[in-house]
Amino acid sequence: MNDTATAEVRWTRALSAEHRARLMTVAREVTIPQGTRLFDEGGRADWFWIIRAGTVSLDMHLPGRRRTQVIETVGCGELVGWSWLFSPNVWQLGAEATTTVRALEFEARAVRRMCEIDTELSSAVGQWVGRILARRLQAARTRLLELYAPYGSGGAR
Amino acid sequence: MTVQPAPAPARRPVPTAADAEPRLPVPHRVIARWRETPDTVTLRLDPVDVALPDFVPGQFAMVHCFGRGEIPLSVSSIPTTGGLAHTVRAVGAVSAGLCAARVGDVLGLRGPYGTGWELERARGQDVIVVAGGIGLAPLRPLIRDAVAAPRHYGRVNVLIGARTPSDLLAKYETRRWPTACTGVTVDRADPGWTGEVGLVTRLLDRAQYLPARTRAFVCGPEPMIRATARELVHRGVAADRIRVSLERNMRCATGTCGHCQLGPLLLCRDGAVVDWDRAEPLLSIREL
Repeated sequence: MNDTATAEVRWTRALSAEHRARLMTVAREVTIPQGTRLFDEGGRADWFWIIRAGTVSLDMHLPGRRRTQVIETVGCGELVGWSWLFSPNVWQLGAEATTTVRALEFEARAVRRMCEIDTELSSAVGQWVGRILARRLQAARTRLLELYAPYGSGGAR
Repeated sequence: MTVQPAPAPARRPVPTAADAEPRLPVPHRVIARWRETPDTVTLRLDPVDVALPDFVPGQFAMVHCFGRGEIPLSVSSIPTTGGLAHTVRAVGAVSAGLCAARVGDVLGLRGPYGTGWELERARGQDVIVVAGGIGLAPLRPLIRDAVAAPRHYGRVNVLIGARTPSDLLAKYETRRWPTACTGVTVDRADPGWTGEVGLVTRLLDRAQYLPARTRAFVCGPEPMIRATARELVHRGVAADRIRVSLERNMRCATGTCGHCQLGPLLLCRDGAVVDWDRAEPLLSIREL
């Protein structure tokens, strides 16, 4: 398997062993059944997850519709949830397990407390989550280009 | 008086399109037609009289819709793997006319033109095929060749991105390809879509390949090609190991008119498939 670019945003490469060990003190391994809602928009962002197997869809509620719209799916090695790190610590999207998911679940409040005390850890965690955010933002912008519109046909159909 | 037998009439060679005026369309009949997506159809064609020389995957033909004009279309199937076929999406007058063609209608073809994918350069190596939208069509014969000769190649990965689930081509065939990894993602999920949502480059996370011994083949709209090729380079695949198919305004297809010029390249002659190390600097020049 390739082990280069995306690994930069995987915590195994983005964080030192020492920092990972610190975070693991507030983590536990969980198995999340398919169809479980991990969180909903507007809820308190007090947990986050790193997926070890399976996929999670990130979704958004559309006014006037009962169904949510899936924005993106994230899979093995990826972080689910970043709203816990930034004030007001409220989920910006919803998340649902699209398959059975095995993940590391972290208590965000404890991680935030650790970061308040340890500036080095705070910087490392901020860099890690920031890189993930930058990557997802860039992907979202690229998708806004109507990536698959045929040449010369303009944008939206 | 001795009667000499009359000399046998000289055998007339079977005419081929190569003997004809190369810029004249050669009549081909639509022998099968099927809808790929709501706005895309595939037409299987047979020569009415003379045959065109064989196409290789990645080459294109100028396909003439009589009374409307002609457009370049890559082959989406070659005779060795299922008959000559072109896949066309209705985006303009000519392509809409071609999409509306029925079985029995006659279209004009001239070609083959351009370079091919040159899959043979990937022998003994891992293969990554990245297709965006209708870009899967020109890659289909390459994928068929690769999966038909598994001993000749390393791990074959096919990554497909589309705008919506209903824009996905060849869904049934895609599932049957015996690849190391076939990934499909869409930008916008419809109700009922249970697959992945996101940029096609994210599928590279699941692909199985060693960057140093990988050849990549990318086809789709230019923003998608750029995003994919840059991501592949970022992941360690050398730019000269990435083949991309570029689209420009092709008119003559013989390197004469210059409409498809991209810097030093005439894409109808030097492309449409080129190595990324040649294409990348040209695509960065805004005025080109």
